[in-house]
Formats: sequence, C-alpha cells, structure tokens
Amino acid sequence: MKSNSNLEKVFASGQLAVTGELGPPKGTNIKVIEEKAKHLKGMVDAVNLTDNQTAIVRLSSIASAKILLDIGLEPVMQMVCRDRNRLAMQSDLFGAVALGVRNMLCLSGDHQVFGNHPQAKNVYDIDSVQMINMVKTMRDDGKLLSGDEIDGEFKMFIGAAENPFGDPFASRVPRLAKKIAAGVDFIQTQCIYDMERFKKWMEGARARGLHEKCFIMAGVTPLKSVGMANYMNNKVSGISIPEDIIKRMKGVPKEQQAEEGIKIMVEQIDELRKVEGIKGIHLMAIEWEHRVPELVERAGLLPRPKFD
Amino acid sequence: MIIAEQKPLEEIREMLGDAKKVMVLGCGACVTICFAGGSKEVGILSSQLRIAAKKDGKELEVIEDTIERQCENEFFESVKDKMKEADVVLSIACGVGVQTIAELFPDIIVLPGLNTTSFGRPKEPGVFAEYCGGCGDCILDLTGGICPIARCSKSLLNGPCGGSENGMCEVDPKTIQCAWHLIFEKLEKMGRLDQIEKINPPKDWSNSMSGGVRNIVREDLLEVKLES
Repeated sequence: MKSNSNLEKVFASGQLAVTGELGPPKGTNIKVIEEKAKHLKGMVDAVNLTDNQTAIVRLSSIASAKILLDIGLEPVMQMVCRDRNRLAMQSDLFGAVALGVRNMLCLSGDHQVFGNHPQAKNVYDIDSVQMINMVKTMRDDGKLLSGDEIDGEFKMFIGAAENPFGDPFASRVPRLAKKIAAGVDFIQTQCIYDMERFKKWMEGARARGLHEKCFIMAGVTPLKSVGMANYMNNKVSGISIPEDIIKRMKGVPKEQQAEEGIKIMVEQIDELRKVEGIKGIHLMAIEWEHRVPELVERAGLLPRPKFD
Repeated sequence: MIIAEQKPLEEIREMLGDAKKVMVLGCGACVTICFAGGSKEVGILSSQLRIAAKKDGKELEVIEDTIERQCENEFFESVKDKMKEADVVLSIACGVGVQTIAELFPDIIVLPGLNTTSFGRPKEPGVFAEYCGGCGDCILDLTGGICPIARCSKSLLNGPCGGSENGMCEVDPKTIQCAWHLIFEKLEKMGRLDQIEKINPPKDWSNSMSGGVRNIVREDLLEVKLES
C-alpha cells in the first residue's frame, strides 16, 4: 500500500470507488464543513476538499482536511499550482501528512482572473504534472525536489484531474499518459455530460493500456436546473452539455428540473460504470452536499465498503 | 521588441500636476513600431495636453522631441539642453528609457507616459502580441518554437490544461490563443509528438527575475573598454 488510505483500499479491493466533494466556507465558519460532512459520512469513500476553487479565497484545504479527519471522514486534499511555489507546496505537504492526510489531488488551479482577487500575482512555479512527480519522489524516495532527505514517513495516494473535453482532443490521452508516467495513482475527470466524447477518450486510454496503470474515476455533477446547465455549457470552459440533455431539462417545469437532473445523473452513472476501465465515480454535487445520500442511494452506489 | 501602450490621458495629466513647461520626449525604437511613443505619438499627446490645459484655463507650454533610442546614453546629446529647460520631461519610451533619463539627469524630473507590457512583436496590423517571458533559460527547442512561459496564461511546461477550447485560452478566449494547442499542432506537423509526452522537469527559475536582478557583466567587453 502506498498510503493505506481508505480510497486506496477500495480500489485495491476491486470495488467501484465513490468520492464526493466539499467546498470549504468563505471564512472561518467550521460549522459549514461539519454540516456538509454530516451528509457525506458513510455515503462516499473519501471527500475532495477544494483549494480556493475558482480562485476564490476559502478556508484552506489542509485545515478543512484536518477538520474532516476529526469528524471521521477521509479527505482528498486538493492542491493547486496557482498559489504556492515548490517550497510552500512541500512544506504544506509535510503538514498535511503529519496531520493524517493520505490522499491528494494535484491541480494547475483556475486562473486568478476568475476569482475574487484578479489583481493577484500568481505562482505557477511548477505545474500539475511536475507536482505529481514531486509528491511521488517525496513518497517513494523520501526526498524533496532538491534531493534533500525527508525526516519521517511520507505516505500519500496521488491523484490528478483530467479533462477529456478540453482541446485539442488528440492531446488528452497523451496528457493522461504523461500524468501516469509522472506517477499518478488515480484520476478524477471533469464532469461528464458528453458521453460520446468521453467514451472516445476512454477508448484511446484503453488502446494504450492506461486504464490499468491508474484508477480512473468518472466525474459527475447533477444539474439542478436548466439555468445551471446553460451556465456550465456557456461559461465553464471545457464543459459541453449536449443539446438533448438541455432539452430534457427544459422539457419539465422549473420545480421538477432538479428531479430531472437527478434522473439524468443516475442514468449517466449507470452508463459510466459499465465503461471498461472506469474504477470509480467522483460525485461533485456542487452546494448540494445535503442531497448526496439520496443521489448515491438512487445511483445504486450504497453501501460503501468498510475495512478494519 | 518591447511592447508598450500609452497611459490614460487623465493619469498623465494628474502626474504632470502644475508643471508649466513640459517636454514630451519620444523614442525612435520599439515604441515607435508599436505606435505608443514615436514622433507621431509625441505630436498627438502634446496636442491633447495643450487642448486639455486650455480647456481648464491652465497655463502649459509643451516642447516636443524624439530621439533615436532612449535606452542609450549617446542619443541624449542633441536634446539635453532642451530637457533641462523644462519643468518635467514626460518620456514616452519604455520603462528603460524613463530610467535612463533618471540616471543620466539626476536633476531632471522624468515621468512615464507609457505602461511597458511585454517582449513581443507586431503580429498583424493593430495587434501587438507577447512572445517572450525573458525567463533566462530558453526552451523553444522543446516546444516547436512556441513559448509556453510567455504565451500560456499559467506558464505551464506540461500543458494544455483543461481550460483550452477551440484553440483559445479561457483567460480571454477572444485574444489569447492556447500556447499548448499551438505547440501540440506544431509538434504533430513536425512528426515530433513523442516530445509532447516527455515530462518537462521543474524549471530553473534562478535565471529569471526570481533569481534576483539580472545584470550581465561581460569580462571580455570590460577589457575592451579599459584598453580603449
């Protein structure tokens, strides 16, 4: 075992893994995390803690991860390249491991122009591929990027994101291969709506045997309304929602759109888990943490495995 | 070349304050090419300043001149006396030009009329694009001659990130091309896609501004100076 994390154990057991996501508060109100966590407990194998997502300042992912550990939930600590140089990253990783964090997600991070401090100076000292490799070296060789030895044990299950919907499409399988070569253990994809394109990407991954070199989790986000569908389709780069899904959402009255969104999600999960090489579902229920028990129940993802 | 653009007129007027005699000094090099600080722009800006002053009932004399290059000592010979007559010199060269004046003429008040933005080139009429990040450790051999330091919004060395759509960067899909999309296509055309899967290691930023101020001292040239 690389990390002994619950998530790693689920993958190792050959069962379909399920991760959730929790957006920390824009402040110090720990109750927000506790409240959201309450709904996720027992429903997912681990929970992503976002790191200043969309470049908006929030309670740090490290502190949020520790709060989650104290509640008895396993965190997947996200870390972006935007806000930290290699010194800060490695130092914070020491801190995270010392506090008991065993899963992480290495990300480039949304550019700060999208957030609440567009005037900020960004960092991007290293990128997400380099971060994966840095963490792998810390874990497997016990060494920093500088070559200095690490004092103490460093265990981490290393994750990264992949977006099969970003362009150019032909670069997306090679980029997955690159992250695997860098040492990634698991991948969570961007939310999938365009099933055709996703399957084509997986086909490319399988053709190179990449699905056996890391655990690929399919990203899913339930649509709450047709407004949300349009917003994600038009405003969020790298997400395209096919016309038939938008039509389905439009086709029902406003008060039934959330229900329709859930139905679509359940169908998507049913379809995704049948795709060869998919080892898990990453459920990003954005500001809908309280609906997660219902979502995983209806998607047939319960009960979650337990290990001693 | 260095790319720059003029500061808003109001900001320039605020900087000038109550100066009665202003010299607007242009530069014949890069900023002439990018239509920001050449003799033409000296004329336009001077007229704007005169008109604005007149409108406000303020007394203002504006002297106009342009030299070949504001970054080198020798070109100031012809204008230095005129410069000393003015209350302030408004330089519409890049930041290097402004600082050259500040260094050569410690008694002259020099103000910047431009914002210097990047190293780039006039890509097409009216478009002045950034091409080089001045990182001090060129890797264009690895990226098909396209710089990800200057032209990727995140300076990624292993792109593209997920924010690339139809060849454009999500940071500004109207004006910024995704550098990694361009690199991918170029390497594909060159039959060098194997290169795209090689992990570019963390960059040595010590040759960039991160390593401190970069002053190149060439011993061979220093000696030449001593001999002459």
